[in-house]
This record gives sequence, structure tokens and C-alpha cells, in this order.
Amino acid sequence: MGKTQRKRKAPAAKKVGGKGAEKPPAKATGAKTAKKAAPKGAKKTLTNKEKIDLLRRMMEIRGFEDKVFELLGRNILQGASHVYAGQEAVAVGACSAMTERDYATSAHRGHGHCLALGGDLNLMMAELCGKATGYCKGRGGSMHIADVRNRNLGATGIVGGNLPVATGAGLAIQMQGKTGVCLCFFGDGASNEGTFHESLNMAGKWKLPVIYICENNKYGMSVSIERACAVTDICGRAGCYGMMGAKVDGQKVLEVREAVLEAIERARRGDGPTLIEAVTYRYRGHSRSDPRVYRTKQEEEYWQQRDPITLFRDELIGQKLLTNKAFEKLQAEVDSGIAAAERFAVEESPYPDPSEVLDDVYCGWVETDKGLVRIETKG
Amino acid sequence: MPQIMYREAVRDAMAEEMRRDPRVFVMGEDVAIYGGAYGATQGLVEEFGEERVRDTAISEQAIAGAATGAAMCGMRPVAEIMYVDFMTLAMDQFVNQAAKNRYMFGGKTTVPMVLRTEGGAGRSIAAHHSQSLEAWFCHAPGVFVVMPATPYDAKGLLKTCIRDDNPILFIEHKMLYKEKGEVPEEEYLIPLGEAALRRAGGDVTLVGYSRMALLAEEAGRALAEEGVEAEVIDLRCLKPLDVDAILNSVRKTGRLVLCSEGYQEANFVCEIMAKVQEFAFDDLDAPIERVCALNCPVPMSPVLEKEAVPSTEKIVAAAKRTLARQR
Repeated sequence: MGKTQRKRKAPAAKKVGGKGAEKPPAKATGAKTAKKAAPKGAKKTLTNKEKIDLLRRMMEIRGFEDKVFELLGRNILQGASHVYAGQEAVAVGACSAMTERDYATSAHRGHGHCLALGGDLNLMMAELCGKATGYCKGRGGSMHIADVRNRNLGATGIVGGNLPVATGAGLAIQMQGKTGVCLCFFGDGASNEGTFHESLNMAGKWKLPVIYICENNKYGMSVSIERACAVTDICGRAGCYGMMGAKVDGQKVLEVREAVLEAIERARRGDGPTLIEAVTYRYRGHSRSDPRVYRTKQEEEYWQQRDPITLFRDELIGQKLLTNKAFEKLQAEVDSGIAAAERFAVEESPYPDPSEVLDDVYCGWVETDKGLVRIETKG
Repeated sequence: MPQIMYREAVRDAMAEEMRRDPRVFVMGEDVAIYGGAYGATQGLVEEFGEERVRDTAISEQAIAGAATGAAMCGMRPVAEIMYVDFMTLAMDQFVNQAAKNRYMFGGKTTVPMVLRTEGGAGRSIAAHHSQSLEAWFCHAPGVFVVMPATPYDAKGLLKTCIRDDNPILFIEHKMLYKEKGEVPEEEYLIPLGEAALRRAGGDVTLVGYSRMALLAEEAGRALAEEGVEAEVIDLRCLKPLDVDAILNSVRKTGRLVLCSEGYQEANFVCEIMAKVQEFAFDDLDAPIERVCALNCPVPMSPVLEKEAVPSTEKIVAAAKRTLARQR
């Protein structure tokens, strides 16, 4: 989907009725839990160009994350950034199955999801740099990027914190009688949070259109899944919640895409949520200061040999859809996009005005020395 | 004017808003068939059906979080958390997700949701079902905290909260559900952040909210019998707070007693003390008194429970202490 999706301007979420709090909508939402005729989903087969775009998007995420790591090392980037390198096929494959009706929520290792959702490299990098031009005006940073108007309901710094929110998005879609779904990305660590159980139970019981995508990258910070989970087969838990489960190779972008397409179709039919476990690996440590003493060089090398970008590139070259020369050209384009994003964020973008620090804490009210005071807002 | 119970006022507010706006729906533990642990959702499922009045599993995180997600996607959820003590389980979803999403996401989203809950002591159900934890939520930027004392306020404020675009914690009081009060049949709304003057007087200011506002009013009557005219202010909302109502009264009386059922240490009224000394220090004739719950878990035994939380007598005594101080 890559470039095409990136250029796409998804329409703002259509709400039931008007936006203003004072004007109730004229038409009732009505209960629409009955099975629907299958609406048109994302295209099942990809054109050659679309396949190349998937590769490009994965390369952009890798390039972005390598740049982030570099900027952290040079202390140009402040704060924490959990980089997604190694897991690109999960976000890109999953998001390629979405349409403009669909939402997604993300987690603390979320740069890849935002970019795969069509995120703009410049706005992403600016947000990570805490600049006014960033997606969230520099208030969110690495762990809190959202683009709600384009259906990205945001990332969260609380492990497992997005599962109930995604479940609520699914509830809204269902109650509004719409055919969208919500993709919910989280890690193996989050699967041990209470929110996992509560959310999947609620979604399973109410047959909510939510696709829970657990990116099993083997470690919750330093603790391996074997040391954390009584039962390591995460997708096997799906049955406990009355939903379908699928385990996929998270290094294979098309395999992830297929599984998510199938899950989305099921959800659109009214047949409820799916739990997908995508087995993958994060190349870097949990964060920049992580010395990775909890895993071996051999293990890291094994996964480097199963690199999602290399695997897909070789597949496309094998199918004669790509040449080495074309790949090099692609890499050069990606590199120049990353360099432009760095320039935009680091050099060209201003920091937010300190006078705006209290903006948008509340809707319609602003904090003053004396407390909250009512203001006029657009809402 | 018809007299209705507090719990009926809460129910009527939800019913009216659900009739008015199809985006409004109710969910929570035991809210549908049972009608709510304290009866505040009685009759809603009969009128609106199970799609819009949803019994949930006992899953406070999922309730609060699903309300957050649904609100961000165009709905107006009114979710019930049975006891404010159980808000501990919903804490992350409310104070980390709902409260912060608008700010963190650059002001590009709204989270129009109400979490209804109830608190307070008085039923001998001990420390997990009797607390007043409002201060915890006042400490979280991004949320409002509303605590009505009367049926009239409960209805008018809840309707306003449902139409507001901010995440709001609406804390009812378990001892007030059966209390009756006058509520007009015609529609009305009460703006957020406006305190109510329960009694006018020039000698001392008594400030309370929720059930403590009623006790303060009772204390005001008791003081009047002794020739002391107390001014009684019911805050109704802790956030947004009507600071001016407090300051104006203090400027008149010079003496202030703050009443809260929350634990004394780091109680929300400490914030009021800070505001008053900041903006009306020269108007004070005596140190500010506070009447709060003792700093121990609310005990079960009725004798101990009574001792642990404020009473009318304690408020009267505090008022007298401030009055005894000569400038």
C-alpha cells in the first residue's frame, strides 16, 4: 500500500449526527448487530506496483528507525524511542488490509504502525523531536502519536493500555451500524496485562469488529516470553474468548496481510473479532540504553537472516517483479525521504511556543492561575 | 413541583439524553436487568433495549477503556463503575487514556464520556465500598469531577455532563439515592463550574459538596439557633471549581470551614485552602478549618464508621473554632 496509502486523504470519521454537543443528530443509530452482507473490503490481489509499495513502506520504516536510533545517539532526539526495526512486515502487512473505514490503535513501539497507516515521515520525525509541526504539536512524542482524523486512534505508553480503547472503537462501529473494523497492535508483554483478558472477553461476547494483533517479538523489555508466560502459545487463547485465532510468520508481509484480510472479512460479516499472533523480532534493544544481555548473538543473527525486507525483496526479485538495480533506486528514494524528514524536523521546524503549554487539556476550558475558565472552542 | 428521588433524577437525566441523542448509551455492571446496584438505571433497558443499555462483565478496565474508544469514535457513552472504590481498577483507562488523549494527541480529538460512580460512607460496608476518592481524579489534568448533593443538581448536572466534550467523573453518593427533592418537569441544564448558595450569612463560610454540603447546611441551621449566621456553599463541581463563589464569601465572612468526606491528608479541600490564601489572604480573620474523614481506611463497625467521617456536630465545632479566633 505504501505510497498510495500515504497520499490518500482518508475522510474524517463520520460521526452519527452533528459534531456540536448541542445539536443532536436527527437520525437514530439503531441496533445493527445482525450479520451484514459482505461489504467491499481491501483488494485481495495486489498489483506489482502495490507489492513494490509494500516493500517501500517497510524500507521507509527501517530507514526511519535507523535514523531515530542515530539521532538518539547524537542526543539530537530527546526522550525514549522504542524502535520497530525487524518487525516491519507486521505493521505493513496488516495495515495494507485496511480500508478508509477502518481504525487502528498502537502501542509504545508504534512508529511502524503510524507509518504503515499512511503516516507522513516529516510529521512523524517532527513529533519525535518535540516540534510544533509534529503530528501532536510535540506534546505526545514517540509513544503518543495519533492522527485521529485519519483513523489512527493513537499509541499509548501504558503496556496494554490500548486494548480497551480499540475495543470501544469496535463497539462504536458496531452501534453505528458501520462496516469498519479496528486493528489493535500490542506485544507479547501486553498479553499478560489484565486489559488483554477484559478486552478480548468483551469483544468476543459482543462480537465486536476488532482485530487484535499480538506482535510476539519474544521479549517484554528483557523478560522472554518463556520466562513470562505460563503458556507461550498466545493465539491459543483466542478460543477462550470465543474468537478465531491465527499464528503467522511476522517476517512475511504477505502472510500477515492474508491473515488480517481474512480476519477483517470475518469482522465485517458480523462474525466478531480475531486474535492474530505474528511471530517477529525486534533488532534493537527495548530502548537505546538496553545492553541486550538477556539474549544471545546467535539468536540475533538467526533473526537477521529472516529479515522481513530482505525476504520480500528476494521474493520479488525471484518473481522478476524487481531487479537489483530497481531495488537500489528504491533504497536511494527512501534514503532521500528520510534525509528530508530529518531536515524538516531538526532544522526547519520550530519548537512549540511555551505559551501554548496549557492548550487543549480541556475542551472549552482553559487553566489559569485561578483555575479553569470557560473559553470558546471549536471542540 | 414534583418531588423525586436522587436516583430517579439520575435515571431521568440519562433517559432524556438518550431520547434526545442516539449517540448516548449506557453500559456497566448490572445496569440493565438489575437496574444498577443503587437503582439509578432502573427502567432504562425497558425503554431503550439491550443495545443501548448494556450489562457488561465485571471488567472495570474494559468498561472505562471501551467508553474512551467509543467516545473517540463518535459515541457518547455513560458508563457506570459501581463504586468509586472500583475506580482503582479503571484508573489507567480513565486518567492515562481518556484524560490525556486530547492533549497528547495535539488537541485533535475529543473524549466525550461520563463515568458515573458513587462513593461515601454510611452503610457499614467498610473500606472497599465506602471511600471518597475524588481527590485522586482532581489530580489528573484532563478530567472533570462533578459531585451533586440534591436530585435537582443530579439531574441538571448529569444532563450537562453527557453533552460536554470532556471526560467526566460523575460521583453520586450512596446515602442520597433515596433522598427526595424538587425537580421541575420541564427540561433544564446546570452549567459546570457553578457552586450553589445553600444559605446566606455573614459570620462564617461553610463549603461542602455531595453529602457534606447537606451536612454543612444542617450545621448552618444549628449555628443559626445559636445566633451565628453561616453562609453555606455547595460546590457541586470540584473540577471545574467555582473559586469566585468561595473567595467572594470569604471576603464577606473572613472565616472558612471546608467539609469533605475524603481522607484529610491531601484532600481536595487542601487545594481550596491554597487558592484562598493565594487570592484572599488579607480577608481571612482566622485559620481555615477543614472537616474531613480521618486518615484511616473506612471501618465497618457503625460506631467506628461514624467516628471516621465528618458529622454535622464536627462541622459546627469547626465553625465555632474559627469564630473564637480574634483577629
